[in-house]
Amino acid sequence: MDILDILVIILLLTGLFFFLGGAVGIIRMPDFYSRLHPAGKLDTLGIFAMVTGFAVYNLHHFSIESLLLSIKMFLIVFFVFLSSPTATHSIVDAGMRAGLRHWTKKKRKG
Amino acid sequence: MTVSNNGTAGDPGRPDTRFKTFFSFLITFVLLFLSWLVLSGKFEPLLLWLGAISSFFVAYYFYDLLFPDLESNYAGISFRFICYVPWLIWEIIKANFHLLYLAFHPRMKDLIDPHIITFKTNLKSDIAITTLANSITLTPGTITVTATSDGVFKVHAIDRPSAEALPGTMLEKVAKVFGEQI
Repeated sequence: MDILDILVIILLLTGLFFFLGGAVGIIRMPDFYSRLHPAGKLDTLGIFAMVTGFAVYNLHHFSIESLLLSIKMFLIVFFVFLSSPTATHSIVDAGMRAGLRHWTKKKRKG
Repeated sequence: MTVSNNGTAGDPGRPDTRFKTFFSFLITFVLLFLSWLVLSGKFEPLLLWLGAISSFFVAYYFYDLLFPDLESNYAGISFRFICYVPWLIWEIIKANFHLLYLAFHPRMKDLIDPHIITFKTNLKSDIAITTLANSITLTPGTITVTATSDGVFKVHAIDRPSAEALPGTMLEKVAKVFGEQI
């Protein structure tokens, strides 16, 4: 158990916690649009933390191969960071075009 | 077909155009070859040559796909963009914790207040508008609903604090990266 292992464990647990928050948020939020907030975005930071954990664990035995593998892992993060906001935006746009109104506080009280 | 292959339309002989063509070819080639190196992970001479040759041919035929209008200050923009990314990641982390707090809060429905805000910016170029729209979506609490080419943004915000942060600093930073007026 050295310091790198502890770092990896912390990163993986952080990622898991964010994914859990995302799942709970999807269930608890009141409507379509606000559900997309936790769905599309807690996942990006979750995947960032978890992949960083994997990459650090992978670099435990340092060599060119493991370095390249870690770079490949970060490529996944890069593409998720590009595609996740785009997908979220297009889902919201589809909802808007279909004429779905968003949940407001007033509507609930009145 | 409007895509002209440098030799058929325009001024092929102008040194300016030729330099731009060569430069975008070079950048495309380097990017392709780097991704070949990372993805293959083998450094035998035969594989390196195969990668170099295929990158060369792809870059030769498709140099104008990645960087269609290469401006002279591309280097400056890329440099400032790289400086912008750490700030964006820090904002994402801060805002993620805020959204996490909202997701687990027992009286969440009193805290959130979803509404749509509209604001106008003076951003001109497509890449600046795209960057701002994607940055807004990446920052939790706000999703870009529509962004038009004349810089009007419609944003769905989950609560008041995340809506008040817009357009603010993020717009200033993006405008600075792409050298535009606010």
